[in-house]
Amino acid sequence: MGAIIKRELSSYFNSAIGYIVLAVFYFFSGLFFYMYCLLSNTASMNYVFLSMLMIVMLIIPIITMRSFSEEKKQKTDQALLTAPVSLTEIVLGKFLGAFILYCLCNAIYLLYAIILLFYGTPDWAVLCSTLLGMLLMGGALIAIDLFISALTESQVIAAVISIGVGLLIYMIDSLTGMLNVEWLSNLLHNISFDAHFTNFINGIINITSVVFFLSVIGIFLFLCVRVFEKRRWS
Amino acid sequence: MIEVQHVTKRYGSVKALDDISFTADSGEVVGLLGPNGAGKSTTMNIITGYLSAGEGTVLIDGVDILEHPKQAKAKIGYLPEIPPLYVDMTVRRYLEFIFDLKKVKLPKKEHIAEVMTIVKISDVESRVIRNLSKGYRQRVGLAAALLGNPPVLILDEPTVGLDPKQIIDIRKLIKSLGKKHTIIFSSHVLSEVSAVCDRIVMINNGRIVADAATDKLSESISGEGILALEVEGAVSTVREAIGSVDGVKRVSKAAGNNYTVEYESGVDVRRGIFNALAKAGCPILMMRSGNLTLEESFLKLTEGGAD
Repeated sequence: MGAIIKRELSSYFNSAIGYIVLAVFYFFSGLFFYMYCLLSNTASMNYVFLSMLMIVMLIIPIITMRSFSEEKKQKTDQALLTAPVSLTEIVLGKFLGAFILYCLCNAIYLLYAIILLFYGTPDWAVLCSTLLGMLLMGGALIAIDLFISALTESQVIAAVISIGVGLLIYMIDSLTGMLNVEWLSNLLHNISFDAHFTNFINGIINITSVVFFLSVIGIFLFLCVRVFEKRRWS
Repeated sequence: MIEVQHVTKRYGSVKALDDISFTADSGEVVGLLGPNGAGKSTTMNIITGYLSAGEGTVLIDGVDILEHPKQAKAKIGYLPEIPPLYVDMTVRRYLEFIFDLKKVKLPKKEHIAEVMTIVKISDVESRVIRNLSKGYRQRVGLAAALLGNPPVLILDEPTVGLDPKQIIDIRKLIKSLGKKHTIIFSSHVLSEVSAVCDRIVMINNGRIVADAATDKLSESISGEGILALEVEGAVSTVREAIGSVDGVKRVSKAAGNNYTVEYESGVDVRRGIFNALAKAGCPILMMRSGNLTLEESFLKLTEGGAD
């Protein structure tokens, strides 16, 4: 699995994708940090994180779009699937490779927190819980988008569907207000990433939210494994 | 070493493989021969665990590829038809990745250097695979298959698209590898299979149509041997003399003084014919084997599928 993680990371940085993802993430987070913290003279980064949600929804599909689709198209998956490694190891390796790049993106928040130290005292507890929320939510999105990438041979299709799904997830909480059916709006609220992420941003590490994001990761990685299993038999 | 038992594979309603069974013993180079679309790659993909057979089993050194995929795959080095290369990596980095992926226990640097020397790619080790020629890419794929010294090598059309010199190099390499490894080698090029393999398994339309040692293949197909003769003398005397030899099944007259003799497979009738014709006073001007060439055997077996 270590070999696959290393390979994933090197593929991001052998091409421009890794650098572009980092650059876009750092640019927008820097912009929001400047707008909401430095210009507004506030030590709370909550607005930065909330504004970055949309960017995260758009960036993660770029990270994951080629993970499986490109392997299938170039037939390099034959090297992985005929090596003495299990399908779970392959999928986990891909997931962790993408997740580490996403973590590198989020590492910039630590720099912003250090900058804030010069002007005031950031609330470290809230910052840590928010970062945990960002990582868990990002992990869940990565798992969903990896599954989408496993379904197609085209990077573009994988990216477009992933962005669509990401936007839907982003908007799902606002949709609940438009629905008159109570059970449906409750259901949508409970599976809304936004609702669970709000707990973290308020400094609450709610075990339900942690389990929710971990479950999404688990379910979609399991589905990825099943996609490969099915492909072998079809 | 490799046992393929009653393997059947369907793609939807199409039967790609139909009850295929064959074995490859330790140290044997087996050629999988067949026209395009015959089922060679599917067979190889099933042996290597890339695809699963609908029915039947594949055992690698006694280990079932489906039941214990990790142990079985550790014994296999596979070079698919299109080598699975990450073109953004350098040759060395790619081989290091495959080394780690296969969890090889040998000393990394030395083993990779040794494999690169065997397939003659040491001179391109720091080049990005994207910039390599087809021949080099093929060799990098072969190097990846050889990493970890697996006892079984599965090579799917390893010479496709190479120039004649590269083809000869790869053939030589496979022959030399055959001393240490069990190799299954697929091709639709007859001369290649006959040059490299000890045994040929011929596949057509997903079925095995012949399985024999390379030099016995045509005999096993026709079930009888054929001799072409040029003999001086009266036709009736010649026919009578040859016909009297044990093992001869039929004598037919061709143009001039030429005759075709069909005899039972496994019997050597040449001495008998020589003695009988000498006794009859009919000198033999020419005698040669008229057995089907590999090409003729191939066409005879596959003509149904080629139409």
